[in-house]
Amino acid sequence: MQIDFGSTERVVGIDLGTTNSLVAYMDLTGPKIIPGADGDKLVPSVVSINPSGEIVVGNAARELLLTQPERTVYSVKRLMGRGRDDIQEELKLFPFRVASGSESVLQLQLGDRTYTPPEISAFVLRQLKQNAEAYFGEPVVKAVITVPAYFNDAQRQATKDAGRIAGLEVLRLVNEPTAASLAYGLDKRENGIVAVYDLGGGTFDISILKLHDGIFEVLATNGDTHLGGDDIDNLLLRIALEDVQSEWGLDLSTDNEGVQRLRRAVIQAKERLSFVPFTDIELEYRGKKYQREIQRELFDKLITPIVDRTLGPCRDCIKDAGVSVEQIDEVVMVGGSTRIPLVRSAVEILFRAVPHTELNPDEVVALGAAVQAAILSGDVQDKLLLDVTPLSLGIEIMGGVVSKLIHRNSTIPASATETFTTGVDGQRNVMIHVVQGERELVKDCRSLARFDLKDIDPMPAGMARVEVRFLIDANGILNVTARDLRTAKEQSVDVKPSYGLTDEQVEKMIQESVEKAEQDFTERQVREARVEADTILAAVEKARRHDAYFELSEEERAAIDRAVNELLLVYHADDHHLIAHKIEQLNQATMKLAENMMNTAVRGALKGTKI
Amino acid sequence: MSAQRTCWNCGQSKQESLFCTKCNALQPPPTDYYALLGLEPKLNLSIDDLQRRFYELSRQLHPDRFMRKPEAERQYSLDASSILNDAYRALKDPVKRAQYVLNQEGFDIGEQRSKDVPPELLEEVFDLNMALEEMRSGDDSARPQLEQADKNFTTMLSDVDQQLETQFTQYDQSKSRDVLTQIRGTLNRRKYIQNLLNEVHNQLATSHQPPATSHAN
Repeated sequence: MQIDFGSTERVVGIDLGTTNSLVAYMDLTGPKIIPGADGDKLVPSVVSINPSGEIVVGNAARELLLTQPERTVYSVKRLMGRGRDDIQEELKLFPFRVASGSESVLQLQLGDRTYTPPEISAFVLRQLKQNAEAYFGEPVVKAVITVPAYFNDAQRQATKDAGRIAGLEVLRLVNEPTAASLAYGLDKRENGIVAVYDLGGGTFDISILKLHDGIFEVLATNGDTHLGGDDIDNLLLRIALEDVQSEWGLDLSTDNEGVQRLRRAVIQAKERLSFVPFTDIELEYRGKKYQREIQRELFDKLITPIVDRTLGPCRDCIKDAGVSVEQIDEVVMVGGSTRIPLVRSAVEILFRAVPHTELNPDEVVALGAAVQAAILSGDVQDKLLLDVTPLSLGIEIMGGVVSKLIHRNSTIPASATETFTTGVDGQRNVMIHVVQGERELVKDCRSLARFDLKDIDPMPAGMARVEVRFLIDANGILNVTARDLRTAKEQSVDVKPSYGLTDEQVEKMIQESVEKAEQDFTERQVREARVEADTILAAVEKARRHDAYFELSEEERAAIDRAVNELLLVYHADDHHLIAHKIEQLNQATMKLAENMMNTAVRGALKGTKI
Repeated sequence: MSAQRTCWNCGQSKQESLFCTKCNALQPPPTDYYALLGLEPKLNLSIDDLQRRFYELSRQLHPDRFMRKPEAERQYSLDASSILNDAYRALKDPVKRAQYVLNQEGFDIGEQRSKDVPPELLEEVFDLNMALEEMRSGDDSARPQLEQADKNFTTMLSDVDQQLETQFTQYDQSKSRDVLTQIRGTLNRRKYIQNLLNEVHNQLATSHQPPATSHAN
């Protein structure tokens, strides 16, 4: 592989997952995951807001899920780019608190504030950004973020918005299975057909690619953006809740903390079952104990419907790719749920090949994102991804029927051009309704946006000719431009996204987050200064009992008292400079004391030495 | 390649290729599929050659390669690679390729034309529709007739494809508009047959299979 690290721009790769998120980068030896401050490579995609307004992300937030569940949110990826009507099913299974007045963009209640899903995802992204910055010791602003291949336009746009709100320039959205193939492709075959089966926490993707001398050409993709390990957890949780109900005579489902503790217990049991034939679901809560043995056989039976739901999309994908099962050379497994033995055997039976599991299924997407980041920064030049759009794009025509303009599995960037005219004399506007989906009727597809062609020159009906170009860019996001064919002038287009934030809303959130980030930064400095003050104050307290303290002069002791008092006075001020200054003064005042203590220690050591 | 131009970046004149010969900046791409791929506008194409050109140009034109270039060049790259992808998608399929050429040559290839029954098929289509109707109403006795129709129309389709190939060669040699008119007729006939076949396939797939008979070998 050709790698040239002459470029100075650092671009990181981010896997923004339903359950966990990771950040990775590429160096001379290959892609690597950047661990967080706690040493963990996985940052749980959990966000919690303390009563003080402090935002907690990752492992710490996952703990808070148990103690302040109403201030904590997980699996928010399921809500990205979705409207209120879309999520009724999710609301039955997930403790999302949707605030009232959520129209085109959902608002989630966390404590006394509301946040949109992109804002919550932005908290996770900001944490990853900080982890990378701490690792490199310099600012990181450019990133590649992965999305499920089957994400629609609104879901992609919401992810991009999250990046912007987090202060990241999102150079590219990359499809997760495609990214995974890049990570695997590093030391794998140069030519052949590869299938990537990606079953994560909340989404399922299947992609079939053709590898050709460094070009990774996606032939077809399919999936389900609401199918994953979460669904297995909910299945087990429901059973456990029923058990608890009958054993304890208690409906735990209305007890937020109890549910979260039980949920954690079933997840742990699920994870163990990938490695042992049977295990216990165990919960100790409020002095009561629940225990139930679960065998893999039963577990397999329970999850068979979920695993089966992945097979239909796989078959469709093979068909759309125009290949036979025999032509597929390799199958790659991605996502934590592919550790489950039943998933592996189902894939093996369908593809008639033993799937690859060499790379850690939790890390492979982030590693691939780092490779794509290196491609964009110019560091890797011999590889190129050619991805496809997962869903067909069309416009509404007479009678609520869809006219397809760009078919699914078209290589992106892809475009289509249509000419529109007016229906009434003197008409100034033409509204175009763009939808995404495979069905024939508008009502069965997903409304994407309404584009308003404005300020058309008034003329008799049918005379105006406006050429509209629909272009799906390399991120899988739609761009629309229009041109008046008579004047060849650019025609203004007003976009009203059906679901999602307007540009103004995103700008406002970026503004707030920048202010917030500054505030966060100051707060952190103040907190760090206080920690330092605590350390020195404690040391002085201890030293006061030391012999050396009594060797000091009256004035020297008074100076120490004065410095201690002054530090205590500024301790609660929100000015870290002031605190640092007083710490320095106390340091000065205790210099002699420290010296004396050192000398005493040396004397003591000498005294203790037998000659 | 289209008319000679001046490089938008350095002003060098006589730009005939995708990249400026002097400063190597990407130029506004041609919108014609054949021109972008550097191909003669022929209806018979070597798919291997087409694929080779597609991969080669993808490496040169993809937006990934232009992340650190000026805004104008990034836009040209987006335009160029979208046209390239559209071109590859259209030209690798003989039917779409012919439709593209017809369209470029000013032929109207509207949807409604394919709905007229080609006169030579009238009788066969009439019988077929009867059989389809019976199957839909749950009468499985029409199944053998449908299976026979499946065979007939499949043969017809491959005949049509052969006819197209001959007409493609005729066009490539003569560039005659009369041949294009014939091709348009063949395409309509093909589309009609394809639609009938789809209908037969759907009907055969959705209605119940006859109970399996025991093997007596």
